[in-house]
Amino acid sequence: MVEAAAPVIQFHEALYRRGEAIILQNLSFAVQPGETLVLLGRSGSGKTTALKLVNRLLEPYAGEVLVEGRATTAWNPILLRRRIGYVIQEVGLFPHFTVEKNVGLIPDLEKWPAQRRAERVKEMLRTVGLEPSQFASRYPHELSGGQRQRTGVARALAGDPPILLMDEPFGALDPLTRAEVQNEFLAIQRKLAKTIIFVTHDVHEALIFGTRIALLESGALAGIYAPQEFLRASDPLAAAYVATLQKSPIAIPQQRGIS
Amino acid sequence: MNLIHFFLAHRLEIADSTGEHLWLVLISMLLAIAAGVPLGIAVTRKPWLSKPILGSANVAETIPSLALFGFLLPVPWLGARAERLAIATLALYALLPIIRNTVAGIKGVDASVREAAQAMGMTGSQILFRVELPLALPVLLAGIRIAAVWTIGIATIAAAVGAGGLGEFIFRGLAMVDNRLILAGAIPAALLAIFADIVLGLLERRLARVRS
Repeated sequence: MVEAAAPVIQFHEALYRRGEAIILQNLSFAVQPGETLVLLGRSGSGKTTALKLVNRLLEPYAGEVLVEGRATTAWNPILLRRRIGYVIQEVGLFPHFTVEKNVGLIPDLEKWPAQRRAERVKEMLRTVGLEPSQFASRYPHELSGGQRQRTGVARALAGDPPILLMDEPFGALDPLTRAEVQNEFLAIQRKLAKTIIFVTHDVHEALIFGTRIALLESGALAGIYAPQEFLRASDPLAAAYVATLQKSPIAIPQQRGIS
Repeated sequence: MNLIHFFLAHRLEIADSTGEHLWLVLISMLLAIAAGVPLGIAVTRKPWLSKPILGSANVAETIPSLALFGFLLPVPWLGARAERLAIATLALYALLPIIRNTVAGIKGVDASVREAAQAMGMTGSQILFRVELPLALPVLLAGIRIAAVWTIGIATIAAAVGAGGLGEFIFRGLAMVDNRLILAGAIPAALLAIFADIVLGLLERRLARVRS
Protein backbone atom coordinates (compact mmCIF):
# COMPACT_ATOMS: atom_id res chain seq x y z
CA MET A 1 0.00 0.00 0.00
CA VAL A 2 1.36 3.35 -1.00
CA GLU A 3 0.84 5.99 1.61
CA ALA A 4 1.38 9.66 0.95
CA ALA A 5 4.38 10.77 3.01
CA ALA A 6 3.60 13.29 5.71
CA PRO A 7 4.69 16.79 4.67
CA VAL A 8 7.84 18.02 6.37
CA ILE A 9 6.67 21.61 6.47
CA GLN A 10 3.10 22.74 6.39
CA PHE A 11 1.71 26.27 6.39
CA HIS A 12 -1.82 26.37 7.65
CA GLU A 13 -3.64 29.67 7.19
CA ALA A 14 -0.51 31.43 8.43
CA LEU A 15 -0.99 35.14 8.91
CA TYR A 16 1.76 37.56 9.76
CA ARG A 17 1.43 41.23 10.41
CA ARG A 18 3.80 43.97 11.42
CA GLY A 19 1.81 46.62 13.20
CA GLU A 20 -1.18 47.26 10.99
CA ALA A 21 0.45 46.00 7.83
CA ILE A 22 -0.38 42.45 6.83
CA ILE A 23 2.78 40.86 5.47
CA LEU A 24 1.41 37.37 4.86
CA GLN A 25 -2.25 36.57 4.54
CA ASN A 26 -3.57 33.08 5.26
CA LEU A 27 -0.76 31.25 3.60
CA SER A 28 -1.35 27.50 3.18
CA PHE A 29 0.91 25.02 1.46
CA ALA A 30 2.87 21.88 2.24
CA VAL A 31 6.41 20.84 1.44
CA GLN A 32 6.96 17.12 0.91
CA PRO A 33 10.10 15.22 2.00
CA GLY A 34 12.97 15.68 -0.43
CA GLU A 35 11.18 18.40 -2.33
CA THR A 36 12.57 21.81 -3.20
CA LEU A 37 9.78 24.33 -3.04
CA VAL A 38 10.73 27.66 -4.54
CA LEU A 39 9.02 30.76 -3.20
CA LEU A 40 9.07 33.15 -6.12
CA GLY A 41 7.97 36.73 -5.81
CA ARG A 42 9.09 40.30 -6.05
CA SER A 43 10.74 42.23 -3.22
CA GLY A 44 8.28 42.83 -0.42
CA SER A 45 6.03 39.93 -1.40
CA GLY A 46 6.64 38.26 1.96
CA LYS A 47 9.00 35.48 0.83
CA THR A 48 11.60 36.08 3.51
CA THR A 49 8.94 36.45 6.19
CA ALA A 50 7.46 33.09 5.18
CA LEU A 51 10.90 31.53 5.49
CA LYS A 52 11.45 32.97 8.95
CA LEU A 53 8.18 31.49 10.13
CA VAL A 54 9.63 28.03 9.50
CA ASN A 55 12.61 28.33 11.85
CA ARG A 56 10.67 30.52 14.23
CA LEU A 57 12.72 33.64 13.77
CA LEU A 58 9.17 34.96 13.48
CA GLU A 59 5.92 33.53 14.80
CA PRO A 60 2.61 33.63 12.94
CA TYR A 61 0.06 36.10 14.21
CA ALA A 62 -2.69 33.63 13.38
CA GLY A 63 -2.76 30.17 11.89
CA GLU A 64 0.23 27.93 12.24
CA VAL A 65 3.32 26.53 10.60
CA LEU A 66 4.00 22.86 11.24
CA VAL A 67 7.47 21.36 11.02
CA GLU A 68 7.54 17.58 11.06
CA GLY A 69 3.94 17.67 12.17
CA ARG A 70 4.42 19.99 15.13
CA ALA A 71 3.61 23.69 15.30
CA THR A 72 6.76 25.83 15.40
CA THR A 73 5.44 27.52 18.53
CA ALA A 74 5.29 24.11 20.23
CA TRP A 75 8.93 23.37 19.35
CA ASN A 76 11.85 24.31 21.52
CA PRO A 77 13.29 26.96 19.15
CA ILE A 78 16.85 25.77 19.67
CA LEU A 79 16.02 22.15 18.79
CA LEU A 80 13.89 23.27 15.88
CA ARG A 81 16.68 25.38 14.41
CA ARG A 82 19.22 22.61 14.77
CA ARG A 83 17.09 20.59 12.34
CA ILE A 84 17.04 23.42 9.82
CA GLY A 85 19.99 24.74 7.85
CA TYR A 86 19.73 28.43 6.96
CA VAL A 87 21.52 30.15 4.09
CA ILE A 88 21.01 33.85 3.42
CA GLN A 89 22.22 36.25 0.78
CA GLU A 90 24.46 38.15 3.21
CA VAL A 91 25.82 34.76 4.37
CA GLY A 92 26.39 36.01 7.93
CA LEU A 93 29.70 34.24 8.47
CA PHE A 94 31.25 34.99 11.85
CA PRO A 95 34.07 37.39 10.98
CA HIS A 96 36.16 36.42 14.02
CA PHE A 97 36.04 32.69 13.22
CA THR A 98 38.09 30.86 10.61
CA VAL A 99 36.29 28.96 7.85
CA GLU A 100 36.89 25.78 9.84
CA LYS A 101 35.31 27.21 12.99
CA ASN A 102 32.40 28.67 11.06
CA VAL A 103 31.61 25.38 9.37
CA GLY A 104 32.23 23.39 12.54
CA LEU A 105 30.03 25.57 14.73
CA ILE A 106 26.93 23.39 14.86
CA PRO A 107 28.91 20.17 15.41
CA ASP A 108 30.70 22.12 18.16
CA LEU A 109 27.41 23.29 19.73
CA GLU A 110 26.17 19.71 19.47
CA LYS A 111 29.36 18.61 21.29
CA TRP A 112 30.66 16.24 18.65
CA PRO A 113 34.08 14.74 19.46
CA ALA A 114 36.88 16.87 18.00
CA GLN A 115 38.01 14.33 15.44
CA ARG A 116 34.56 13.68 14.04
CA ARG A 117 34.02 17.41 13.87
CA ALA A 118 37.26 17.99 11.97
CA GLU A 119 36.38 15.24 9.50
CA ARG A 120 32.92 16.65 9.02
CA VAL A 121 34.31 20.11 8.30
CA LYS A 122 36.65 18.71 5.65
CA GLU A 123 33.89 16.66 4.11
CA MET A 124 31.58 19.69 3.94
CA LEU A 125 34.24 21.97 2.47
CA ARG A 126 34.96 19.41 -0.27
CA THR A 127 31.23 19.08 -0.90
CA VAL A 128 31.00 22.78 -1.70
CA GLY A 129 34.21 22.76 -3.72
CA LEU A 130 36.63 24.36 -1.26
CA GLU A 131 39.91 22.55 -0.69
CA PRO A 132 40.23 22.22 3.12
CA SER A 133 44.03 22.55 3.21
CA GLN A 134 43.73 25.83 1.35
CA PHE A 135 40.66 27.37 3.01
CA ALA A 136 40.13 25.91 6.49
CA SER A 137 42.32 28.42 8.30
CA ARG A 138 41.22 31.53 6.39
CA TYR A 139 39.02 34.23 7.83
CA PRO A 140 35.86 35.32 6.01
CA HIS A 141 37.44 38.61 4.92
CA GLU A 142 40.08 36.60 3.09
CA LEU A 143 37.46 34.94 0.86
CA SER A 144 35.79 36.01 -2.38
CA GLY A 145 32.02 36.38 -2.51
CA GLY A 146 31.57 32.96 -4.07
CA GLN A 147 33.86 31.31 -1.54
CA ARG A 148 31.99 33.00 1.28
CA GLN A 149 28.65 31.75 0.00
CA ARG A 150 30.08 28.24 -0.41
CA THR A 151 31.27 28.39 3.18
CA GLY A 152 27.78 29.48 4.22
CA VAL A 153 26.27 26.45 2.49
CA ALA A 154 28.86 24.15 4.09
CA ARG A 155 28.06 25.63 7.49
CA ALA A 156 24.33 25.09 7.01
CA LEU A 157 24.89 21.47 5.97
CA ALA A 158 27.44 20.58 8.67
CA GLY A 159 24.93 19.42 11.24
CA ASP A 160 23.19 17.31 8.55
CA PRO A 161 19.80 18.96 9.05
CA PRO A 162 16.88 17.36 7.17
CA ILE A 163 15.55 20.78 6.19
CA LEU A 164 17.27 23.65 4.40
CA LEU A 165 15.98 27.22 4.12
CA MET A 166 17.67 29.37 1.51
CA ASP A 167 16.97 33.08 1.13
CA GLU A 168 18.26 34.34 -2.23
CA PRO A 169 21.52 32.59 -1.43
CA PHE A 170 23.21 33.39 -4.73
CA GLY A 171 21.63 36.78 -5.32
CA ALA A 172 24.70 38.84 -4.48
CA LEU A 173 27.15 36.94 -6.69
CA ASP A 174 28.37 38.05 -10.10
CA PRO A 175 26.72 36.12 -12.98
CA LEU A 176 29.64 33.78 -13.69
CA THR A 177 30.26 32.88 -10.07
CA ARG A 178 26.53 32.54 -9.55
CA ALA A 179 26.26 30.02 -12.39
CA GLU A 180 29.17 28.06 -10.92
CA VAL A 181 27.77 27.97 -7.41
CA GLN A 182 24.29 27.18 -8.75
CA ASN A 183 25.64 24.16 -10.62
CA GLU A 184 27.48 22.96 -7.56
CA PHE A 185 24.41 23.38 -5.44
CA LEU A 186 22.34 21.48 -7.99
CA ALA A 187 24.68 18.52 -7.53
CA ILE A 188 24.47 18.86 -3.74
CA GLN A 189 20.69 19.04 -3.93
CA ARG A 190 20.54 15.79 -5.95
CA LYS A 191 23.01 14.00 -3.71
CA LEU A 192 21.66 14.98 -0.31
CA ALA A 193 17.90 14.99 -0.96
CA LYS A 194 17.11 17.57 1.71
CA THR A 195 13.73 19.14 2.04
CA ILE A 196 14.33 22.68 0.87
CA ILE A 197 12.46 25.96 0.74
CA PHE A 198 14.28 28.25 -1.65
CA VAL A 199 13.42 31.92 -1.85
CA THR A 200 14.26 33.85 -5.00
CA HIS A 201 13.02 36.61 -7.25
CA ASP A 202 14.86 35.10 -10.18
CA VAL A 203 12.54 33.01 -12.34
CA HIS A 204 15.49 31.31 -14.02
CA GLU A 205 16.77 30.12 -10.65
CA ALA A 206 13.26 29.03 -9.66
CA LEU A 207 13.06 26.81 -12.73
CA ILE A 208 16.52 25.31 -12.15
CA PHE A 209 16.00 24.33 -8.52
CA GLY A 210 12.29 23.99 -7.91
CA THR A 211 10.37 20.75 -7.89
CA ARG A 212 7.47 23.14 -7.44
CA ILE A 213 7.22 26.88 -7.65
CA ALA A 214 4.99 28.82 -5.28
CA LEU A 215 4.20 32.27 -6.60
CA LEU A 216 3.83 34.88 -3.91
CA GLU A 217 2.31 38.31 -4.49
CA SER A 218 1.54 40.90 -1.80
CA GLY A 219 1.73 38.31 0.95
CA ALA A 220 -0.69 35.90 -0.68
CA LEU A 221 -0.17 32.70 -2.59
CA ALA A 222 -0.95 33.24 -6.29
CA GLY A 223 -0.48 29.61 -7.21
CA ILE A 224 1.80 26.59 -6.98
CA TYR A 225 3.13 25.03 -10.17
CA ALA A 226 5.48 22.32 -11.29
CA PRO A 227 8.17 23.96 -13.47
CA GLN A 228 6.61 22.66 -16.70
CA GLU A 229 3.17 23.87 -15.65
CA PHE A 230 4.60 27.20 -14.67
CA LEU A 231 5.78 27.82 -18.22
CA ARG A 232 2.27 27.19 -19.58
CA ALA A 233 0.33 28.77 -16.74
CA SER A 234 -2.50 31.04 -17.77
CA ASP A 235 -2.28 33.09 -14.58
CA PRO A 236 -1.21 36.57 -15.71
CA LEU A 237 1.44 36.89 -12.99
CA ALA A 238 3.05 33.56 -13.89
CA ALA A 239 2.83 34.50 -17.55
CA ALA A 240 4.52 37.81 -16.80
CA TYR A 241 7.42 35.97 -15.15
CA VAL A 242 7.66 33.57 -18.08
CA ALA A 243 7.65 36.48 -20.49
CA THR A 244 10.85 37.77 -18.88
CA LEU A 245 12.49 34.55 -20.02
CA GLN A 246 11.64 35.02 -23.68
CA LYS A 247 14.66 37.24 -24.22
CA SER A 248 16.98 34.50 -23.02
CA PRO A 249 15.43 31.09 -23.48
CA ILE A 250 16.80 28.36 -21.26
CA ALA A 251 16.49 24.64 -21.10
CA ILE A 252 14.53 23.36 -18.15
CA PRO A 253 15.68 20.17 -16.53
CA GLN A 254 13.35 17.23 -16.92
CA GLN A 255 10.63 17.22 -14.29
CA ARG A 256 12.26 15.89 -11.18
CA GLY A 257 9.95 13.61 -9.24
CA ILE A 258 9.58 13.61 -5.52
CA SER A 259 11.40 10.64 -4.18
CA MET B 1 68.60 71.06 36.76
CA ASN B 2 66.78 72.26 39.77
CA LEU B 3 63.69 70.20 38.87
CA ILE B 4 65.64 67.03 38.14
CA HIS B 5 67.42 67.29 41.48
CA PHE B 6 64.09 67.78 43.18
CA PHE B 7 62.62 64.74 41.45
CA LEU B 8 65.61 62.60 42.33
CA ALA B 9 65.51 63.68 45.94
CA HIS B 10 61.82 62.84 46.19
CA ARG B 11 61.86 59.79 43.95
CA LEU B 12 60.65 57.39 46.64
CA GLU B 13 57.79 59.65 47.59
CA ILE B 14 56.85 60.12 43.93
CA ALA B 15 56.98 56.38 43.32
CA ASP B 16 54.79 55.80 46.37
CA SER B 17 52.20 58.29 45.22
CA THR B 18 52.29 56.92 41.69
CA GLY B 19 51.60 53.47 43.13
CA GLU B 20 48.67 54.83 45.16
CA HIS B 21 47.39 56.66 42.13
CA LEU B 22 47.56 53.57 39.95
CA TRP B 23 45.84 51.53 42.64
CA LEU B 24 42.93 53.97 42.85
CA VAL B 25 42.58 53.97 39.06
CA LEU B 26 42.88 50.21 38.72
CA ILE B 27 40.28 49.36 41.35
CA SER B 28 37.82 51.94 40.12
CA MET B 29 38.30 50.82 36.49
CA LEU B 30 37.70 47.20 37.45
CA LEU B 31 34.52 48.22 39.28
CA ALA B 32 33.38 50.36 36.37
CA ILE B 33 33.98 47.53 33.88
CA ALA B 34 32.28 44.98 36.15
CA ALA B 35 29.22 47.23 36.37
CA GLY B 36 29.35 48.99 32.99
CA VAL B 37 29.58 45.98 30.67
CA PRO B 38 26.53 44.19 32.14
CA LEU B 39 24.62 47.48 32.16
CA GLY B 40 25.53 48.03 28.53
CA ILE B 41 24.40 44.50 27.66
CA ALA B 42 21.14 45.11 29.53
CA VAL B 43 20.51 48.22 27.43
CA THR B 44 20.93 46.23 24.20
CA ARG B 45 18.49 43.58 25.47
CA LYS B 46 15.85 45.90 26.93
CA PRO B 47 15.75 49.14 24.95
CA TRP B 48 13.54 50.84 27.55
CA LEU B 49 16.51 50.66 29.95
CA SER B 50 18.50 52.90 27.64
CA LYS B 51 17.12 56.21 28.94
CA PRO B 52 17.39 55.50 32.69
CA ILE B 53 20.82 53.86 32.51
CA LEU B 54 22.56 56.09 29.99
CA GLY B 55 20.72 59.09 31.46
CA SER B 56 22.01 58.53 34.99
CA ALA B 57 25.51 57.82 33.75
CA ASN B 58 25.33 61.04 31.77
CA VAL B 59 24.20 63.00 34.79
CA ALA B 60 27.04 61.59 36.92
CA GLU B 61 29.39 62.74 34.17
CA THR B 62 28.18 66.34 34.33
CA ILE B 63 28.72 66.77 38.08
CA PRO B 64 32.07 68.45 38.74
CA SER B 65 34.35 65.85 40.28
CA LEU B 66 35.05 67.85 43.41
CA ALA B 67 31.31 68.20 44.00
CA LEU B 68 30.77 64.49 43.42
CA PHE B 69 33.26 63.72 46.19
CA GLY B 70 31.21 66.02 48.40
CA PHE B 71 27.92 64.40 47.45
CA LEU B 72 29.17 60.91 48.26
CA LEU B 73 30.76 61.95 51.55
CA PRO B 74 27.56 61.46 53.64
CA VAL B 75 26.84 58.02 52.12
CA PRO B 76 27.22 55.67 55.12
CA TRP B 77 29.82 53.05 54.19
CA LEU B 78 31.37 54.91 51.27
CA GLY B 79 32.06 58.14 53.08
CA ALA B 80 33.76 56.43 56.01
CA ARG B 81 37.13 56.04 54.29
CA ALA B 82 38.78 58.39 51.84
CA GLU B 83 39.88 55.61 49.45
CA ARG B 84 36.37 54.19 49.21
CA LEU B 85 35.00 57.60 48.46
CA ALA B 86 37.63 58.24 45.82
CA ILE B 87 37.18 54.85 44.18
CA ALA B 88 33.39 55.20 44.07
CA THR B 89 33.65 58.64 42.48
CA LEU B 90 36.19 57.54 39.89
CA ALA B 91 34.17 54.43 39.04
CA LEU B 92 31.09 56.59 38.46
CA TYR B 93 33.05 58.74 36.02
CA ALA B 94 34.43 55.73 34.19
CA LEU B 95 30.99 54.19 33.82
CA LEU B 96 29.59 56.28 30.98
CA PRO B 97 32.17 55.58 28.24
CA ILE B 98 32.17 51.90 29.16
CA ILE B 99 28.38 51.53 29.03
CA ARG B 100 28.14 53.60 25.88
CA ASN B 101 30.80 51.67 24.01
CA THR B 102 29.45 48.30 25.13
CA VAL B 103 26.12 49.29 23.63
CA ALA B 104 27.70 50.69 20.47
CA GLY B 105 29.92 47.64 20.05
CA ILE B 106 27.07 45.14 20.35
CA LYS B 107 24.74 47.19 18.19
CA GLY B 108 27.50 47.40 15.60
CA VAL B 109 27.50 43.63 15.08
CA ASP B 110 26.24 42.95 11.57
CA ALA B 111 22.54 42.05 11.59
CA SER B 112 23.11 39.12 9.24
CA VAL B 113 25.71 37.67 11.61
CA ARG B 114 23.29 37.84 14.51
CA GLU B 115 20.50 36.39 12.40
CA ALA B 116 22.70 33.51 11.27
CA ALA B 117 23.71 32.81 14.87
CA GLN B 118 20.10 32.75 15.96
CA ALA B 119 18.99 30.61 13.03
CA MET B 120 21.72 28.07 13.79
CA GLY B 121 20.13 27.46 17.15
CA MET B 122 22.61 29.30 19.35
CA THR B 123 21.14 30.22 22.72
CA GLY B 124 21.03 33.83 23.89
CA SER B 125 24.12 33.44 26.05
CA GLN B 126 26.02 31.62 23.29
CA ILE B 127 25.26 34.49 20.93
CA LEU B 128 26.38 36.99 23.56
CA PHE B 129 29.62 35.32 24.59
CA ARG B 130 30.71 33.71 21.33
CA VAL B 131 29.54 36.28 18.82
CA GLU B 132 28.44 39.66 20.14
CA LEU B 133 31.01 40.35 22.86
CA PRO B 134 34.03 39.13 20.86
CA LEU B 135 32.95 41.27 17.92
CA ALA B 136 32.21 44.25 20.18
CA LEU B 137 35.58 43.97 21.92
CA PRO B 138 37.54 46.57 19.91
CA VAL B 139 34.81 49.18 20.48
CA LEU B 140 34.46 48.19 24.13
CA LEU B 141 38.20 48.50 24.55
CA ALA B 142 38.08 52.02 23.09
CA GLY B 143 35.58 52.90 25.83
CA ILE B 144 37.85 51.44 28.48
CA ARG B 145 40.76 53.44 27.08
CA ILE B 146 38.82 56.71 27.24
CA ALA B 147 37.66 55.90 30.76
CA ALA B 148 41.18 55.04 31.90
CA VAL B 149 42.64 58.30 30.61
CA TRP B 150 39.90 60.34 32.30
CA THR B 151 40.19 58.42 35.54
CA ILE B 152 43.94 58.93 35.72
CA GLY B 153 43.40 62.67 35.40
CA ILE B 154 40.48 62.95 37.79
CA ALA B 155 42.21 60.76 40.38
CA THR B 156 44.51 63.70 41.14
CA ILE B 157 41.51 65.38 42.77
CA ALA B 158 41.11 62.39 45.12
CA ALA B 159 43.86 63.94 47.19
CA ALA B 160 41.39 66.66 48.14
CA VAL B 161 39.49 64.16 50.27
CA GLY B 162 42.70 62.60 51.56
CA ALA B 163 42.76 59.51 49.36
CA GLY B 164 46.38 60.03 48.37
CA GLY B 165 47.77 59.62 44.87
CA LEU B 166 49.71 62.08 42.74
CA GLY B 167 47.24 64.84 43.57
CA GLU B 168 48.94 65.14 46.97
CA PHE B 169 51.90 66.85 45.31
CA ILE B 170 49.70 69.09 43.25
CA PHE B 171 47.63 70.31 46.21
CA ARG B 172 50.73 70.76 48.36
CA GLY B 173 52.43 72.62 45.54
CA LEU B 174 49.42 74.89 45.13
CA ALA B 175 49.33 75.62 48.88
CA MET B 176 53.05 76.30 49.04
CA VAL B 177 53.23 78.02 45.64
CA ASP B 178 55.94 75.56 44.62
CA ASN B 179 55.92 74.66 40.94
CA ARG B 180 58.34 71.79 41.48
CA LEU B 181 55.84 70.10 43.76
CA ILE B 182 53.00 70.64 41.29
CA LEU B 183 55.09 69.15 38.50
CA ALA B 184 56.08 66.20 40.69
CA GLY B 185 52.38 65.29 40.65
CA ALA B 186 51.40 66.49 37.21
CA ILE B 187 54.19 64.95 35.15
CA PRO B 188 53.84 61.37 36.40
CA ALA B 189 50.04 61.65 36.08
CA ALA B 190 50.35 62.84 32.50
CA LEU B 191 52.84 60.08 31.71
CA LEU B 192 50.50 57.48 33.19
CA ALA B 193 47.65 58.73 31.05
CA ILE B 194 49.75 58.71 27.88
CA PHE B 195 51.05 55.25 28.68
CA ALA B 196 47.55 53.86 29.28
CA ASP B 197 46.35 55.48 26.07
CA ILE B 198 49.14 53.96 24.00
CA VAL B 199 48.99 50.45 25.47
CA LEU B 200 45.20 50.15 25.28
CA GLY B 201 45.22 51.76 21.85
CA LEU B 202 47.67 49.16 20.56
CA LEU B 203 45.57 46.35 21.95
CA GLU B 204 42.47 47.82 20.37
CA ARG B 205 44.05 48.13 16.93
CA ARG B 206 45.39 44.61 17.13
CA LEU B 207 41.96 43.22 17.90
CA ALA B 208 40.32 45.30 15.21
CA ARG B 209 42.80 44.05 12.64
CA VAL B 210 42.15 40.37 13.38
CA ARG B 211 38.43 40.89 13.05
CA SER B 212 37.97 42.79 9.85
